[in-house]
Amino acid sequence: MYSEKVMDHFNNPRNVGEIENADGVGTVGNAKCGDIMRIYLDIDDNGIIQEAKFKTFGCGAAVATSSMATELVKGKTVQEALTVTNKAVLEALDGLPPAKVHCSLLAEEAIHAALWDYAQKNGIVIEGLEKPVDDIEEKEVE
Amino acid sequence: MCLPVQTCRLRKEHGNKMIYLDNAATTRVSEAVFEAIMPFFCEQYANPSAIYSFAGKSMTAVDAARRQVAALIGAEPNEIYFTSGGSESDNWAIKAAAEAHRDKGRHIITSAIEHHAVLHTCQMLEKQGYEVTYVNVDENGLLRMEELERAIRPDTILITVMAANNEIGTIQPLAEIGALAQKHGILFHTDAVQAYGHIPLDVNALHIDMLSASGHKLHAPKGVGCLYIRRGVRVGAFLHGGAQERSRRAGTLNTAGIVGMGEAARLAGEQMEENARKERELRDYLIGRVLSEIPYSRLNGDSDRRLPGNANFSFRFVEGESVLILLDQQGICASSGSACTSGALDPSHVLLAIGLPHEIAHGSLRLTLSAENTKEELDFTVERLKEIIKRLRDMSPLYEDFVKQKSVL
Repeated sequence: MYSEKVMDHFNNPRNVGEIENADGVGTVGNAKCGDIMRIYLDIDDNGIIQEAKFKTFGCGAAVATSSMATELVKGKTVQEALTVTNKAVLEALDGLPPAKVHCSLLAEEAIHAALWDYAQKNGIVIEGLEKPVDDIEEKEVE
Repeated sequence: MCLPVQTCRLRKEHGNKMIYLDNAATTRVSEAVFEAIMPFFCEQYANPSAIYSFAGKSMTAVDAARRQVAALIGAEPNEIYFTSGGSESDNWAIKAAAEAHRDKGRHIITSAIEHHAVLHTCQMLEKQGYEVTYVNVDENGLLRMEELERAIRPDTILITVMAANNEIGTIQPLAEIGALAQKHGILFHTDAVQAYGHIPLDVNALHIDMLSASGHKLHAPKGVGCLYIRRGVRVGAFLHGGAQERSRRAGTLNTAGIVGMGEAARLAGEQMEENARKERELRDYLIGRVLSEIPYSRLNGDSDRRLPGNANFSFRFVEGESVLILLDQQGICASSGSACTSGALDPSHVLLAIGLPHEIAHGSLRLTLSAENTKEELDFTVERLKEIIKRLRDMSPLYEDFVKQKSVL
């Protein structure tokens, strides 16, 4: 069902973890549909992404797209990071089954949310970046 | 809508033995059944309906199978109609009952946790002008009897409630439902696909008018099942054509499949008590280990009124498909009520109906045993499962938040 690349990134996910006091953090998705993705970014004074980490609750495709998306943004400027679209993530993973394509959208949104957080904290405007939609269900689990 | 996810791959190349824990999806054809059906392919291949003596042997075998299949539920052989499986039987029973009794009314009662073969059939009838009441279940999956009783109306023509649930294994109070249906003169159909051959069922004691069963859930081949229709119950044919099955189900008889189901029914009858005892022992051992050794896990379904081979867990903060892929890599076949791979966003309707929040329903794992499984297999599974759940929690933002919240409190 999944490509070899997807399975590789699911089995050996790159960049799992969190960054304390990260420059930008974005959480997207919702528990209702079963995918929640959080991306942490460390961004230096030149606006270059030095480090990216993620945590994901979700299926194989969600884990693999998070892993790939963090790989793709590392070393890029915040402006360049906007080119890491869902299409770019999909292509880098050699595609996903049709029912799983929404997972790649989530990766793009997570990056945007983390960049938005960074821009907010630093009072800057990243051209072409829009405020992320906040649809996370903060439902208390008991 | 979604279906339980199944992933399974035989991993001989690593020398690992496969561990099959998905017996609610399908079972292995047993050697005894396989031997019984073999002659009906290359040697005894006649169409049982033909007149010559060569065909007579096939018909004799079909008749014997009919008796065996009937005996398991206390039915008469001529009340058994062979079909292609559980889904056909469910479709037939519900559509034909609706059609035959529409002069009396157009109201059908079912439960919220039925198999899709029942639910989607009911939804199709709703589009045709029938009204369907979906009775809720309690937190263990047991039908709310008082709600069922309140749902009954003068124009109710059919109550269809499954004998046991395919996901969480809960066994419904069939005797009470049957008695209620009888008291009100309403037909009672039960989808017994998961229960048939696994727990005792008696159509007379339980006042069941129609019952669906499938062969491949009890070590017979796929593609054969039956519908029991009580003598005198007015329902028409489903498949039209030849005069097979007393003109109620056309189509050349699936001789090999039917013989296989007969043999499987005979063996299930003989070994039911023994198999159930073994499965219950294994199941309770598995449940005990998982709940005590994996934190934030819960058992879904009733702990007591439960199919002998069914265990269904939820693990908080993880998603089911990821668990299945990682189990598969260890050679373990299991299933989940997660939405993933179904193409839908909602997790299992059964888990939502017993009141689980979405994120917990997404983290469900169904392990269904047969008497052939061993304690060693379960020990291996639990050990791997502990590692897998920990690994997935370590990368789960939900778990991260939970841990942080806990440390603040």
